[in-house]
Amino acid sequence: MSRVVLAAFLSGALFGAGLAVASMTDRQVVLGFLDVAGAWNPTLAFVMAGAVAVTAVAFRLVLRRQAPALGGSFRVPQADAIDRRLLAGAAIFGIGWGLAGFCPGPALVGFAAGLADAWIFVPAMIAGSWLAGRLGRP
Amino acid sequence: MARGLAGGILIGLAAVLLLWSIGRIAGISGIASGALEGARGDRAWRIAFLAGMMLAGALALQFLPAPPRVQTGPTPLLLAAGLLVGFGTRLGNGCTSGHGVCGLGRFSIRSLAAVLVFMLCAMAMTFFMRHVIVNIGVSVT
Repeated sequence: MSRVVLAAFLSGALFGAGLAVASMTDRQVVLGFLDVAGAWNPTLAFVMAGAVAVTAVAFRLVLRRQAPALGGSFRVPQADAIDRRLLAGAAIFGIGWGLAGFCPGPALVGFAAGLADAWIFVPAMIAGSWLAGRLGRP
Repeated sequence: MARGLAGGILIGLAAVLLLWSIGRIAGISGIASGALEGARGDRAWRIAFLAGMMLAGALALQFLPAPPRVQTGPTPLLLAAGLLVGFGTRLGNGCTSGHGVCGLGRFSIRSLAAVLVFMLCAMAMTFFMRHVIVNIGVSVT
């Protein structure tokens, strides 16, 4: 296994463990955060705060390097336009997220864990992404 | 709350490790769509990341206290939600991880706009499902 593949695997493992520890695979925890008019569950706010606190500090240090540790170059998004496509995509994603309480990472982990809901959700998610990819082509 | 914070820190460290080692952004929707439909030479790291995430996540759920409640939502609702999440994240180039964890960490205004829009839309949708539909007598849960 190449070092690049191993690094990606380890990073994914850390990410998946974090989602599990944070209870993000539990749709009711996520919906409890989104339901600001109900019995509000602040867990997701702590997850975001913890994650962004780390990336906000460490990304700056990492991006001072000439190149990634295992070679190649940094592939950071260059786009900065807040266009109709971005806003429509975010709105459609938000509506789906608020409907079920699954976003892509937790849904995939739930799928691997055998959660029945995720087995219904994930194939539809892949179909939705494929559809958007097709529409985006000229 | 402690688990939320600890999990969040792990997620942040994962994103830092990916950027530091191979220079990539840990956005799950983009990694997944690229793993399925991306250029052949650019798939191995994506598949490895997703395999690690799914294996470690599923494994951790077996050992953690308070496993996710086994709950089966109505199938049409889950299908519709899945379609919208897949379509929206592809169109808007990111989800909670790409625009949220990584975009906010890069102080990207574009990502901040996306996060505000999807958070507000999700909150509005949850409000509608839990407090409006129920009150007009339609059962969805």
